[in-house]
Amino acid sequence: MKLISKLAIAASLVTALSSAGSAQDLNGLTIGFSQIGSESGWRAAETSVTKQQATERGVDLKFADAQQKQENQIKAIRGFIAQGVAAILVAPVVATGWEEVLGEAKEAEIPVILLDRGVDAPEDLYLTSVASDQVKEGRVAGQWLVDTVKDKACKVVELQGTVGSSPAINRKQGFEEGIAGHANLTITRSQTGDFTRSKGKEVMEGFLKAENGGKDICALYAHNDDMAVGAIQAIRDAGLKPGSDMLVVSIDAVPDIFTAIAAGEANATVELTPNMAGPAFDVLAAYLKDGTVPDKFIITESKLYTATDDPQGEYERRKGLGY
Amino acid sequence: MIRRFLGRLANPQVGALVGVLLINWLLFPNFFRVTWQDGRLFGSLIDVLNRGAPVAILAVGMVGVIATKGVDLSVGAVMAVAGAVAATLVVAGYPAPVAVVVALAVGFACGLWNGFLVAVLDIQPIVATLVLMVAGRGIAQLITEGFIVTFTDPVLIFIGTGSFLGLPMAAVIALVLMVLVTLLVRRTAIGLFIEAVGINRRAASLAGIRSRMLLMLVYALSGLCAAVAGIIVAGDIRGADANNAGLWLELDAILAVVIGGTSLLGGRFSVPLAVVGALIIQAMNTGILVSGFPPEFNLIVKAGMIFIILMIQSPFAVRLLPPGLLRRAASRGTEK
Repeated sequence: MKLISKLAIAASLVTALSSAGSAQDLNGLTIGFSQIGSESGWRAAETSVTKQQATERGVDLKFADAQQKQENQIKAIRGFIAQGVAAILVAPVVATGWEEVLGEAKEAEIPVILLDRGVDAPEDLYLTSVASDQVKEGRVAGQWLVDTVKDKACKVVELQGTVGSSPAINRKQGFEEGIAGHANLTITRSQTGDFTRSKGKEVMEGFLKAENGGKDICALYAHNDDMAVGAIQAIRDAGLKPGSDMLVVSIDAVPDIFTAIAAGEANATVELTPNMAGPAFDVLAAYLKDGTVPDKFIITESKLYTATDDPQGEYERRKGLGY
Repeated sequence: MIRRFLGRLANPQVGALVGVLLINWLLFPNFFRVTWQDGRLFGSLIDVLNRGAPVAILAVGMVGVIATKGVDLSVGAVMAVAGAVAATLVVAGYPAPVAVVVALAVGFACGLWNGFLVAVLDIQPIVATLVLMVAGRGIAQLITEGFIVTFTDPVLIFIGTGSFLGLPMAAVIALVLMVLVTLLVRRTAIGLFIEAVGINRRAASLAGIRSRMLLMLVYALSGLCAAVAGIIVAGDIRGADANNAGLWLELDAILAVVIGGTSLLGGRFSVPLAVVGALIIQAMNTGILVSGFPPEFNLIVKAGMIFIILMIQSPFAVRLLPPGLLRRAASRGTEK
């Protein structure tokens, strides 16, 4: 495992170096970024990482906060076109209604890259979209559990996100795919914790009572880290050791879950990376250099973090990002 | 004395609570099992008390407001503000008692603001408190700068998760508040004044009640109760979550008061029955969690149960019954 993590670090260094190499290509360019707003910690982190990535590459980033309104985003994009920026990054607040303004950008020959969310518009209106795959996130979490418990019989309880939200649906589906074919793993309880800490804790208390004081539960899967952080407290209150008596795996990789992993109270988290801009800048550099047209959909890595991945260091790296 | 106490228990609210608990027991046979663990009681029944406490505390404050024919929509947001204030102060290094007192004072001030809008500026309560319902969450987000402010202060954590004589601290605080407020309104004339203002503010003023002062007081009390609930909720998760703390709890508090037999048109009210109302709501929530229903059914089940409880309490249903125990009990329940 040690060796693998060393290899992973080496690999990430290599990618960091290679991206530093391509960084020169964007040096001095002005790029516009229309962000949705700052409705969640993750969104704030995405904004700070995007600014970081821009500074590293010498990009002059024009940042526009749309405060959850599409009209603001459209205004911002028109402003960017008028300024004659080299490229535009957009995290679209809704999926529809983009044809016109994206058409204007296309006429002005300014490449547009979508971050984090897609749009319902003809594909030729934008260069590419960078997003995570929520189903894959769930699958990675499920796969980790399969690898960890091996053949042991294991009852899993699931804390779902807000009923009907797409991350909740996709992460549930992904996890079920991840553990499919392993009959020793069964999801015995599944309830919504609304993506919040307090509901995560309350629902977990219910699970613990319902499953013989928690002694029958072998693992907890939470659709986000916040619910897991709440549930960990409930597990502790029930007189069990989270992380050892009961495995805890969740998604997002926010700073607080790394504190829990470092303390041995959580086992694994799957990252929803806030670094959507890095890959976007990379393909943009290649495109501007020699016209390399990237794939229409770039899926970010859903990286798994466990106790062997320096959780304390990951916490330090993330805590200033605005989560 | 004992007979009088038992007689008071025979009312539709307590009946509904017992009914919901029995349904939970049918769905989950271990529902009433309470064990002793790590110096505290542990079981689903204790969860009902613990989780129901914040709404019960809100209801204690809300019942006075509703009895004056008002409503306080801002309590959820005030919870978030109070939690944010307490958390940021302890993180900034202030001792916990200071943080708690400041948070309570902020809640009290929020209540006074509502009271000022309603009593002095004569703005309709639903509109007046809507201002702070919207603004309060924004203020809380400003205080926490959009983060979940986590803390490790043992005193705040004790308020949220500690136990006293084996009972969860939150439930103990709710009980103490309920008894204090009940004594305040029933052992003095304040309760009567509140009811008088609620039934006819003009007549009450003409009869010599300083209704402006009284309205300020009930809204301030509601703000204070919201601050207490906010500190408990923050202590419970060891962090102040400005986006989610107390979200929609004002509606649960209003529902608890209404289930408790207090009319939204003002007048007669009962503090203990509002707390029973909060426990009924929480008993349903906890029941849904341990029963293993798919989460898609949560809201439907809850709405259905509330509908049935309100039906049983409605004047229409009481009229259908022969003049018997329930009818007498029903009138007694709201008469006090």
